[in-house]
Amino acid sequence: MKTLLSGNEAIARGAYEYGCVFATAYPGTPSTEILENIAKYKEIKSQWAPNEKVAMEVAIGAAMAGARSLCAMKHVGVNVAADPLMSFAFMEVKGGFVLVSADDPGMHSSQNEQDNRNYAKFAKIPVLDPSDSDEAKRFVGEAFKISETFHTPVMLRTTTRTSHGKGLVELGEPIERKVSGFEKNFEKLVVLPMNARKLRVCAEERLRKLETFAENTNLNFEEPGEGRIGFITSGIAHVHLKEVLPNAPILKIGMPYPLPLNKIRDFVSRFDRVIVVEELDPFVEEQILAAGMKVEGKNLIPGIWELNPEIIRETLGKEGIIPAKERKQTTKADAIPRPPVFCPGCPHLGIFHALKKAKAKIITGDIGCYTLAAIPPFNAMDTCVCMGASIGNAIGIEKATGSGKGIAAVIGDSTFTHSGLTGLVDAIMNNSHITIVISDNSITAMTGGQPDPRTGWDIHHEENTPMDFEIVARAMGVDHVYPVDPTDMAPTFEVVKRELEADHLSVIISQAPCVLYPKKVKRDKFFTFLDNCTACTMCSRINCQAITRSSELTEKGRNKWQINVDLCTGCGLCIQMCKFDAIRPISRKGE
Amino acid sequence: MANTNIILVGVGGQGILLASEVMSEVFRRANFDVKKSEVHGMAQRGGVVSSHVRFGEKVYSPMIEEGDADIMLSFELMEALRWEHYLKPNAFLATSNVRMVPPICNSGKVVYPEDTAESLKKIRPEAHVLDIENALKEVGNSKVTNVIMLGVLSTILEIPEKNWLEVMKEAVPPKLVDVNIKAFAMGRKLMGN
Repeated sequence: MKTLLSGNEAIARGAYEYGCVFATAYPGTPSTEILENIAKYKEIKSQWAPNEKVAMEVAIGAAMAGARSLCAMKHVGVNVAADPLMSFAFMEVKGGFVLVSADDPGMHSSQNEQDNRNYAKFAKIPVLDPSDSDEAKRFVGEAFKISETFHTPVMLRTTTRTSHGKGLVELGEPIERKVSGFEKNFEKLVVLPMNARKLRVCAEERLRKLETFAENTNLNFEEPGEGRIGFITSGIAHVHLKEVLPNAPILKIGMPYPLPLNKIRDFVSRFDRVIVVEELDPFVEEQILAAGMKVEGKNLIPGIWELNPEIIRETLGKEGIIPAKERKQTTKADAIPRPPVFCPGCPHLGIFHALKKAKAKIITGDIGCYTLAAIPPFNAMDTCVCMGASIGNAIGIEKATGSGKGIAAVIGDSTFTHSGLTGLVDAIMNNSHITIVISDNSITAMTGGQPDPRTGWDIHHEENTPMDFEIVARAMGVDHVYPVDPTDMAPTFEVVKRELEADHLSVIISQAPCVLYPKKVKRDKFFTFLDNCTACTMCSRINCQAITRSSELTEKGRNKWQINVDLCTGCGLCIQMCKFDAIRPISRKGE
Repeated sequence: MANTNIILVGVGGQGILLASEVMSEVFRRANFDVKKSEVHGMAQRGGVVSSHVRFGEKVYSPMIEEGDADIMLSFELMEALRWEHYLKPNAFLATSNVRMVPPICNSGKVVYPEDTAESLKKIRPEAHVLDIENALKEVGNSKVTNVIMLGVLSTILEIPEKNWLEVMKEAVPPKLVDVNIKAFAMGRKLMGN
């Protein structure tokens, strides 16, 4: 039976069908749904990790125990996990090991753009690059087989449209799940230099074998077609090209490293011109050029942003390969911008309002929903580098400028446990005087509400011990630790202002639940009593998307403000701003 | 037969993904090849959302090219204007008349124009600007724009009404089935069915 699956659902299905025993991940767009869907298969042991490095290490452990194991992460997650990856790449893999890297070309929801196929070449491990959901599923099986045959980790690399795009997938029956058990093997599992030097040589020999495998595997195949121009494709670029040129001759590369150079040489020799179509870096193209063949690629197709049929059509049109597309003269009307915003009642609203009101001089930021505070109307975040960077950045600014006063580092709970803890250690060991604000909504919200170490339950909704940040910070050596409720504005402001001005390190834990996850917050709501509204604009300053101008005017002709009761989640910030009794509570039943 | 390209647009939280899921499954059960694509992440609520659904004999890319969509369902008025350039000339465009004023307008520097529907009609005279605002009141649930839109879509595709209802019923929570049946009928009614 064929069923409609996203690439991520298909990878989960692949894990199920091809004997995966253990899977772990840290959430990150566009990879998150892989583990969420794996968790639906009770036959696979699955768990979230606090970060990608730990995920990789735990999955390596499972593979060492002779189990097929998989870990999934977004492209930048592999940066975090690069340390174990680079060592494990030279070790002897027992149970099949698949690293899924979900890249995000175009940065729909990422801080940078990187082509993680490069990691495979860097680590000298094979990488598979599926072009749709059906391949995404099947390639999981191929990856496990390659991993066990050649004793190597294998990367399965997707990009946003393969991860999130849906397509038809042929389902199969699951094979048996096996765990052969851990066997001590000093030479292969302990990378002391004396062993690592030998493993280094083994890795080269392995690569030669993989090169031979590449020539014969049906992961790389030719689709015959018409014309004197041949194409070489990798990943999602394949289906985009097929969309534009359904009958072109194509050598489709399912394994972009190591490449089947003989197969490519034969293909290239049969055409007047060969164009490599791939998303992001000239990864396949450069390897072919380095082997002394003449191909084109990034001279025609941009190496940045997400690729799509439109770009390919335009490129081939310019080259005269297909008729140029008639561009519709768009009278493209000016739509007003709609930048992403905080949810109504989001607990981040209250803490950022306090930080702004307390006139924080510099706010270093981090990765999460709260990064939205960097853009208008808040403009309340001055830096954002990577997971956990807020604390280190703040310390560096303090050390360079000589004062930590007025410097706040804002970090979410999931990001704090991901890689903020070591930043806090740095602050303590170097006598920093910054103010660290943990905006704690007790969930990984931006990726859709996955439990983190603060949440109190795991991926299977089984209870665990929620990390108590107050105890953790105190135990680490912070004297000034203050929990606040960001929906209670006056005391929150008082603490924030006092600590920003203080000459010591402090940790403020701003704790209130996310309004969406784990379940939608249901509180009494608020409505505007327009008779009393003076259009003073105070309520609008919390920047809640439920509060907008109404068409009703004051005597002076100013628009009164109104609350959209459908959007309101009843956080009560606006009522604390209003001095004129124009905002009143309304029960959920509307009384 | 050429593929049919449908683009759904609106604001995060309006249930666009559910609508695109339901229609994709309807097309699959009608034995079409189907691909669908959208982008997840960043803001959970309140940002711009678009979803591409393509069906036909053989679909390669999950993405619709600009100027190549046959059908647009817009869940919010401004969003129709933002995305209309994705449509072919004379394509089918149905949009909600609901105006979701973004907070960026609160400063007063950006204004959500009163005549957005007219601006849209100037570019797309054939656009159906549907009174979803009242339809939602009549159905008695403010969150069913997505299923109303499925009702609208069902009137222009040759797939039996019962196929739509069957998939929709499986996709919504059991206690919301009745209100969504009403919403679906409302969508059909808005198109004169």
